[in-house]
Parts: sequence; structure tokens; C-alpha cells
Amino acid sequence: MKAWRLPPPVLLLLPAVIVLAAIVLLPLLLSLYSSFTPFRLTRPETIYDWVGFRNYERIFTDADFWIAFGRTVLLLTVALNLEMILGLGLAMLVERFTRGQRILRTILMFPMMFSPILVGFQFKFMFNDNVGLVNNALQSLGLTDQAIPWLIDGTLAFIAICVAEVWSSTSVFAIFILAGLMAMPRDPLEAARVDGCTPWQTFRYVTWPFLMPFAFIAMTIRSLDVARAYDIIKIMTDGGPAGRTEVLWTLIARTAYSDARMGMANAMAYVAILLSIAFTAYFFSQLGKARAQVAADW
Amino acid sequence: MDENATARLKKTASNWTLNVALFVAMAIICLPGLWIVLNSLRPTVEIMAKPPIWIPQSLSFDAYVAMFSGIGEGGIPVISYFRNSVIIAVTSTIISLAIGMSGGYAFARYRFKGKGGWFLGLMLTRAVPGIALSLPLFFLYARVGLIDTHAGMILAYTALNVPFTIWLIDGFFRQVPRDLAEAAQIDGCTRWQAFWQVEFPLARPGIASAGIFAFLTSWNEFALASQLTRSTDSKTLPVGLLDYTAEFTIDWRGMCALAVVMIIPALILTYAVQKHLVSGLTTGAIKG
Repeated sequence: MKAWRLPPPVLLLLPAVIVLAAIVLLPLLLSLYSSFTPFRLTRPETIYDWVGFRNYERIFTDADFWIAFGRTVLLLTVALNLEMILGLGLAMLVERFTRGQRILRTILMFPMMFSPILVGFQFKFMFNDNVGLVNNALQSLGLTDQAIPWLIDGTLAFIAICVAEVWSSTSVFAIFILAGLMAMPRDPLEAARVDGCTPWQTFRYVTWPFLMPFAFIAMTIRSLDVARAYDIIKIMTDGGPAGRTEVLWTLIARTAYSDARMGMANAMAYVAILLSIAFTAYFFSQLGKARAQVAADW
Repeated sequence: MDENATARLKKTASNWTLNVALFVAMAIICLPGLWIVLNSLRPTVEIMAKPPIWIPQSLSFDAYVAMFSGIGEGGIPVISYFRNSVIIAVTSTIISLAIGMSGGYAFARYRFKGKGGWFLGLMLTRAVPGIALSLPLFFLYARVGLIDTHAGMILAYTALNVPFTIWLIDGFFRQVPRDLAEAAQIDGCTRWQAFWQVEFPLARPGIASAGIFAFLTSWNEFALASQLTRSTDSKTLPVGLLDYTAEFTIDWRGMCALAVVMIIPALILTYAVQKHLVSGLTTGAIKG
């Protein structure tokens, strides 16, 4: 008798599916359920009260949530655009060097091995109004004689957080774009020069279309990361001063753990996750388009 | 003649501008790290000094000595944190590599129904941040007694790493030509043998880099660890970093020293792997 066997791809994927189901899917279902209850950590029995969509209805009229959402989008826009431009510039600078490029690339990857929590502490230290490197330098150079309250003023704190994000992740863009530059065939560049293109035209119509998919991969990875930004902001300002740097996940963590309103926090988390999945799906479709275009052109 | 000279001058000038720009960029990248190393070696008085002291007066390893000499000396149980971090990160890396290899191989070599959908579904699990998982996971773990254990953390990190390892390893297996394994099978290998004798050795550098990526994620993770660990039984280094913060003050020197201890293993591993990492991520991008 021949035993019935699972087809190989199913068998091979099974362990991954099991682990993800147990550690990601099951908790998510649990939190989906609790998002329909007024569950509070302090009163465990509340998990059995079913309140339907009340939490979700509250979110849609909750100004704090949508302000935090807007701020997350702002952070996403500012950080990703800066990282993209700086990363592109950095990649092109590094690409000019043929000798010593390995060293340069290693330095480029340096910020990537910093734990986000470490980046947070490091910039909290550097932007400290009293002993921080930034203020010390500004004062020693005589640019200002007062201590600039970097992490105490709302706008400045947001700028400081952007700096931390950009510092830690520009290299993601730089490395992907650099890989693209190195994989690029030389002939079209020479053809463009022979045909009399200016350097800008060469870049715009030859180099950039080729680099696009690489940039999109970096975009996808980073937009997911920023959408769930938590560690750096938690450490640097913890959403303060007075909620002026509160982003989605610091707000959710505060609602869950400080206010102990778990049901509400889980509802918020669901809205946030769905929003970021929508973003990712959009980026993936753009990636597919860019890929198809490159495949057609080359 | 004159025109030539100007052109040459212009070229040299622009070359130098670009070199200087690169140097400045590299300096900005390195500066925060060097600042941390420097401050871990300086006495607290000097860190706090007003006006600031720019040229270090006295450097010493006191912070490191204090850190490793146990709780009584004003240090924190770094050795247990370090051990926990290593055990958790290494074990979860090995498990997620095994799972990632089988999953990546399935995606690279087989056609099956809904392949794109499965792939996207796996990737979407990455959209769920650790902090969102931490609460329901805390609940489940409390039920089965996995809170504050190595096993619980290993399991959680394995799940975090699996999607990404599958993505990377899929890309590396796709780089290995299908014909090679088929040739081996024609020569009498089983598919299993063909995999271990032919395809695995060729994809090995890529798999190693996926492993290091998984290791770094586990090594650096904070949001989950801060909720699922309680004591020195399972606290990891990133959570240990918080031991240096009090209500209103932070022991900057001790924190910098611990930061250096955390970075060094990551630094060595990243250097070893950087070449393969880039090629692994980008093959997925272009040849998809």
C-alpha cells in the first residue's frame, strides 16, 4: 500500500506556515477579538463583554489618533524623501571609487547594525540640551550662547527624530542604489554620451529608469519600517513633549500599557496595520510595474 | 591652450569637491559611533563638564570593569544579559534558517497554486510590528508558561525572521541554475542528494548572509523583548540598556559602554557578510 503523501512544496512550506500561524496569526486573531471588547488589563473579566464596533467608532472620531496618524505620514514622507535623495547621492559618490570601495561600503553599512533602541539612546545623548554633542559644538563655535532645547520643544524634537531616522537608514537606500549602479551595463551610458546627452539627461533617461526597481525595494522595506516606528521615538521623546511627537505606535503602546485600555489599543493597532498593509500593497504594485518596464527596456 | 587648461582645472576642482563631499558624508556616518566609544572611556565628570571638554584628559576602562564586576559594584548583570542574547539569537537564527531554506527552496524550484499570494502573505506578516504582537503574545505565553523563558523568545524571533529569510534564500536558490541539479539527478542522485551535494554548496554564501541578517534582527530587537522578559533568566542586552536609566537621570558612561559591547559582535558579522547581502536582496528585485 502506498501512503498518501503531501506534494513537496506544501511539505516544504509547512514549517514556515505553522510557526507564523502560531506566533503571528493566532495572537492577531486574539487581538482582533479583544478589539471588540472594552478589555482592560486591570479588569480581566471585561474581555467577555462584546461591544461590537464601539472601539472602532471611537477611533474615527478620536482626534489624537488621526493627529498621530498624520504625524506618522509626515515622518514617512520627510524621512523617506531625504533618505532617497541622500542615499542616491551617497551611492553615486561611492561608485566613483574603484579602489577602497569595500571599506567605503562597510562604513556605509555601519548604521544598519545599530539596534533602533541604540540609535534612540545615542541621539538622545547627542541632542541632550545640557551635555549633548550638538549643543556643546554649537556653543563652543559661538553660534549660540543658550542651550537649545532639542528634545523639549515639539518642532525641534520632531526634527531630531527625523535626523535619527535619516542617519540610521539612509544607508539602506545607498546600498540598494549602489548595487543597482554596479549592475548597470555600460553601453547605454556610452551610447547616450555619443548621442550628445548632457549628464543630467543621461541620468534622467538612462540611469534612473534602471535604478528605479532598486530604489523601490528600499522604499518598500523602509516604508514598512517607518510605518511601525516605535523604538527610536519611544526612547528619544516617548511621544512628548505633551504628545507633540506622538506617532501611531507610541500612541497605541501608551493606550495599551499606560492607560491599560487593551481593547481600544488593539482596535487602533488593527486600523494602523491595515493602513500600512495598504501602503505596502501599493508599493508592491509599483515595484511590479517598474520591474516590467525594466524587463521590457533591457 | 587656455581653454584646455580651464577645462582641466574645472575637472580637478569638481573631483576634489566630490571627494570632500564623500569624506564629510562618511564622517557624519561614523561620528555618532565614535562619540559613543569615546564617552565609554571618559569619566562621568568629564562628560558632564560645562564648558565641554573636547580633548579627553583621562581615558580608562573603568566603565567596562564596573559593568562586568556584577551588581554590587554599581554594575548590571551584563554577563547574564549577554548569555541570554547569544543563546536566543543563535538558536532562533538556526531554526529560522532551516525553515527559511525549505520555504525558499519551495518558492524557487516548484510551481504551485497561489504561489504569488502565499509569498505576499508571508511578507505581509512583516507589517505587524513587535509592539502589536507583544500584548496578545503575552497572553498566550502566560497561558502556556513561556513568559520569561528562552524558548518563548526563540519562538517569537523565529517567527519574526522567517519571512525575510525565505525572501533572501529564494533569491539565492534562483541564482543557482536549475540544470545543475537536474544533471545530478540524471547521474543518479536523488533530489535530496542533489540538493545537498550541488545546490546547497552553491547557495551557501547567500544562506550565510540570510543567517547573519536573522541574527542581527534577534540581537537588536527591543519591543517584544521588553514585554516578554521579566528577569535575568531571559532579559536580553537591548532590554538591559534600560537598566542605566533612572527616573530623571541616565548613566551615560555605563550606557555607552554597554552599547559598545552590543555593537561589536554585530560589526564583525556585518563586515563578513556585506557583499552577499546586497546581491541577495537585489536578485529578488530584478529577476522576479
